[in-house]
Amino acid sequence: MAIRVNGRTFEAAPNPGQCLRTFLRELGLHGVKKGCDSGDCGACTVWLDGEPVHSCLVSAVQAERHEITTIEGLADGDNLHPMQEQFLKACAFQCGFCTAGMIMTCAGMNEEQRADLPAAMRGSLCRCTGYRAIEDALNAVTNIDEAPAAGKAVGASVGPADGRGIVTGTAQYTLDHDITGLLHLKVVRSPHAHARVLSIDTSAAKAVPGVVAVYTWEDVPDKLYDTAGHENHLVDPDDTRMLDQVARFIGQRMVAVVAESVGAAEEGCRQVAIEWQELPAVFDPSAAMQPGAPLLHEGSTLDGHLKRPASNILLEFNKSRGDVEAGFAQAHIVHEATYNTPRMAQAPLETHGSVTWIDETGVLQVRTSTQTPFLAQAKLCYLFDLHASEIRLFSKRVGGGFGSKQEVFTEDLCLLATLDTGRPVQWEFTREEEFYGAAPRHPMRVIVKLGALADGTLTAMKMDVTSNTGAYGNHGGEVLYASSNSMTWYRCNNKQYDGRAVYTNNVPSGAMRGYGAVQTTFAIECAIDELASALGIDSLEMRRRNVVVPGDDVGIERSPGDDVLGGYCLDECMELVETAMARGNGVEAPSGDDWRVGSGYAISMFESSPPTEHRSEASVTLLADSTYQVNVGTCEFGNGTTTAQAQFTATALNTTVDRVTVVHGDTAASGWDTGAFASAGLNVAGKAVALAAQALQLKIVNFASRYLGVEPNDCVLGADEVRSGKASVSLVELFAAAEDAGVTLAQARRAYGSPISNGFNVHGVRLAINTTTGDIVFLQVAHAVDAGTVINPMALRGQVEGAVVMGIGGAVTEWFQNGPRGEVLNPGLRMYRIPNFADAPKVEVYVPGTADKFGPFGAKGAGEPPIDPVAPAIANAIADATGVRFRDLPFAPPLIFAALQPTAAAQP
Amino acid sequence: MTDMLVPPAQDLFHDWRDGDTWLAGGTLIFSQPMPHLRRLRDLSDTGWQSITVSEAGLEIAATCGITELHEFKPPEHWRAGPFLRQSVEEYLASFKVWNRQTVGGNICASLPAGPMVTMGAALEAQYKLLAMDGSDRIVPAINFVTGDNTNILQPGELLRSIHLPMASLMRNYTLRRFSLTKHGRSSIYLVGTHDTKSSEILITVSAATIHPVHLRFTGLPSSEQVRKAVDQLIPAKLYFDDPNGTPAHRRHLTYVFAEQIRTELSAS
Repeated sequence: MAIRVNGRTFEAAPNPGQCLRTFLRELGLHGVKKGCDSGDCGACTVWLDGEPVHSCLVSAVQAERHEITTIEGLADGDNLHPMQEQFLKACAFQCGFCTAGMIMTCAGMNEEQRADLPAAMRGSLCRCTGYRAIEDALNAVTNIDEAPAAGKAVGASVGPADGRGIVTGTAQYTLDHDITGLLHLKVVRSPHAHARVLSIDTSAAKAVPGVVAVYTWEDVPDKLYDTAGHENHLVDPDDTRMLDQVARFIGQRMVAVVAESVGAAEEGCRQVAIEWQELPAVFDPSAAMQPGAPLLHEGSTLDGHLKRPASNILLEFNKSRGDVEAGFAQAHIVHEATYNTPRMAQAPLETHGSVTWIDETGVLQVRTSTQTPFLAQAKLCYLFDLHASEIRLFSKRVGGGFGSKQEVFTEDLCLLATLDTGRPVQWEFTREEEFYGAAPRHPMRVIVKLGALADGTLTAMKMDVTSNTGAYGNHGGEVLYASSNSMTWYRCNNKQYDGRAVYTNNVPSGAMRGYGAVQTTFAIECAIDELASALGIDSLEMRRRNVVVPGDDVGIERSPGDDVLGGYCLDECMELVETAMARGNGVEAPSGDDWRVGSGYAISMFESSPPTEHRSEASVTLLADSTYQVNVGTCEFGNGTTTAQAQFTATALNTTVDRVTVVHGDTAASGWDTGAFASAGLNVAGKAVALAAQALQLKIVNFASRYLGVEPNDCVLGADEVRSGKASVSLVELFAAAEDAGVTLAQARRAYGSPISNGFNVHGVRLAINTTTGDIVFLQVAHAVDAGTVINPMALRGQVEGAVVMGIGGAVTEWFQNGPRGEVLNPGLRMYRIPNFADAPKVEVYVPGTADKFGPFGAKGAGEPPIDPVAPAIANAIADATGVRFRDLPFAPPLIFAALQPTAAAQP
Repeated sequence: MTDMLVPPAQDLFHDWRDGDTWLAGGTLIFSQPMPHLRRLRDLSDTGWQSITVSEAGLEIAATCGITELHEFKPPEHWRAGPFLRQSVEEYLASFKVWNRQTVGGNICASLPAGPMVTMGAALEAQYKLLAMDGSDRIVPAINFVTGDNTNILQPGELLRSIHLPMASLMRNYTLRRFSLTKHGRSSIYLVGTHDTKSSEILITVSAATIHPVHLRFTGLPSSEQVRKAVDQLIPAKLYFDDPNGTPAHRRHLTYVFAEQIRTELSAS
């Protein structure tokens, strides 16, 4: 049939059951993204006869009757559509994966729809921005600084280099390329929470037309490993097999089917027959620790990890200082309570996916959606006994991560199939697989006990954490370790932390923004509020009397540490938020008798580098055309670190950002980088880039001084030349001279995540809560963030807004539900509701801008932790409004109702 | 899925086979894997008039697009006229879904939160169903949906049209809806209509229950009567239990919203 797309006619024959989205992508129109395939997210939005539709819901055959426009056809040649221009100028994106669909939606709205954006924007989800910048784009607000002068990039709102590609749909993400002969991989997942495979019959699957191979536990390397990525792999337990004979949770991958098409692979999966022996299962961590509980990793050899295999305890940490019992004895008041935090899905708009092939030189190529290329490469080397020179692993632009891509979930099976078949193999997660094939936030039960004098001075702090790591231990230890940090921002000589991570037959938990911190910040910041309230002390005053100040130790244990207060502004952050809340914003509560209004605050401190080893090697090279190339291993998934790295380079080398290219996320293109997590993209990789650029500046100046015969101290490097008084040499000439002299005008530097500077977040919220329905309306949200010296004001604001809205999601809209067998009840964006445009309030962002002594250019990476104090501030506001303390997240209306009206809720 | 057929308008059931299903806008069929389906029967060429106004009321073809219904301007003297547009707006799906989805498709999906299911039930619509043997039947909307994603359609049977009687369109109405998130899927959706001549009040409970339920009162009911009707006509097992709400919360809001509707309509 003939189909008209972007004014061109394509001759192609879609399958009868094919949706327009996959059909358009097969035509090479990769600007049409997949986010959900259920009409909820809008990433695949295109126009049919000028009307926006979700192309995932449209029959490709029916679409033949219409004129189709995709993002690639929106611009008039090189002239961007006004909406593309507006998105670019507002920088209305971070990862950019939703952007093409957003632009097609916004550009296709009529006046009536424009007048009610909250309604019109349902069906257009963004996980990064918190929507403010998107609204700015719709209102033609400019947020970026066009072309800052040479050497002035740091501190300017520089837009990302990929911006134009993002708004035109041409920026490449993981699966946005065509490979001939591509095979597709799908897996059979366990329907049982705990069961042993007795037999697997793959004959019917292999007989499905198009199926090329079927792999079971018998076909994978006999190796135990862990899916999580850390510099030191020993922090994670080797408890996982690529395909196992035992299923430990509903959703565990058991059999892989590789076929010529996705449909054939799916049909192959349906034809696999597994005979099971069901085993007893346990879902609650407390029950899992009881004697006689079903054991998940019985008899395993998890050296140094499985602390008490007979209790399902993966790992325990105990830390203390002083004498807590003496501290409680000294206290005038003691508060003790239990707080529970749930699973939460990272829900990046781009699902996990990989494609693997063998290049013409025999090197294995792995193109994947990852935050940690080098760690993923190392893991694959281990699994398949490869040397690093035999495998290249890289990411293109990554469509959001939030921690979920600090794991190897798809790369290994693709590589197995490529090694076996010799052919390219791709595996793209469905949205549902993100919920049971990836790894959500660890649920925790946190018992907090605080003692204080009448004036509020803390005398003792005790925290007991039970973390539910699920069926496997990926990130279980490190998240638990990080959970103790929430005791560090209060000065108190008597502290005790006891924590344990426990195996259960649930979906394994993993890394997520606010890694271990979100859970215990909720507990501590609610508990401090409760204590303040009991003492009749103002909530922020209570904190002022107890927070760490310069000169204090910031550890729990009294041991040598590398945590430092490298730039202190917690006092200023609190004042900024308090002033903003006192000023108010004029927004009133909805009218009606059943609305109550309250305000709440919470604070948090974060480490601007990971606690375990983190290192990065970067290089900066002068090119023949007087531009610079940065090579660094970190990834770009909307975190903005490549833009910051370009700004560091441009500033150090006194050039403009458009003359800096950052090559990133590729094991073949740079030295080692541990990965983009825990703010390390700025603080570690960014520092390596800054050091390399500063070193190159010296090298260029020194070479130029020799070339010109002048003193180096008199030489000034500019964007085009090096000048010394009247003498000057262009960089083009200097480059050629250096080539002739056998000198490479390039420098590499390594950086480490030590010492670890601490930063701060303070959150204030005023909300209205409906005591009848349980509905919550945000009236004012104010947030102060300590990012050290601000490198990119717009990017920072975007990160804070996105993090705060994600925090609101975790506190209010996102309700991860599991059934009695641990099954995920709402594995999709329709029923697991990440905030949409209407759910996201305006966030007032305040930034002291106090320089950090250790960060590159005085900066602290601050994109991750603004989420930490959001949920407790909301809980404190709800308590202020209703007098009822909610100690369990989330605050979904039915749960609020159950707490506020227990009698009505209990009616049979 | 191996085939697609555009059946001729005069012989819609031509060559019906196992694994066939009807395709209108496709927004349900393409939203989830349906491996049991083998062939789609495309209704694009039926030529059915989307919306027909007559003295008897409003005739909506099953293939009428949601956007068409949204843009339809009812005669001003229809007291319940604005409700047609509101039914669409009180809807989780985006306008991009409306651009493809049909009224009949939403009804046949028969989800508790289906807004067209609510509209049909609240306005006491009559549904015309076509059977494979060439016969047809008319059923009241309130009897069409039987549970979460189930209805009375026999294999191959096709929803042809939705008739909204003039008597319903001439009633006063009010509605109460609640979703767990802003512009989210309905957790509960109640619509009350009031015939000022007969004083009959009809409260339709939907989304909170696995299928719509009518609470009908001849004359203005008291609070007590409304509460009793809720208790009698909605046994505990009828409240929907899904990730989008709890039965307890839904029952609670059913009481609250039914009483609010009673108060408001009693004053009208």
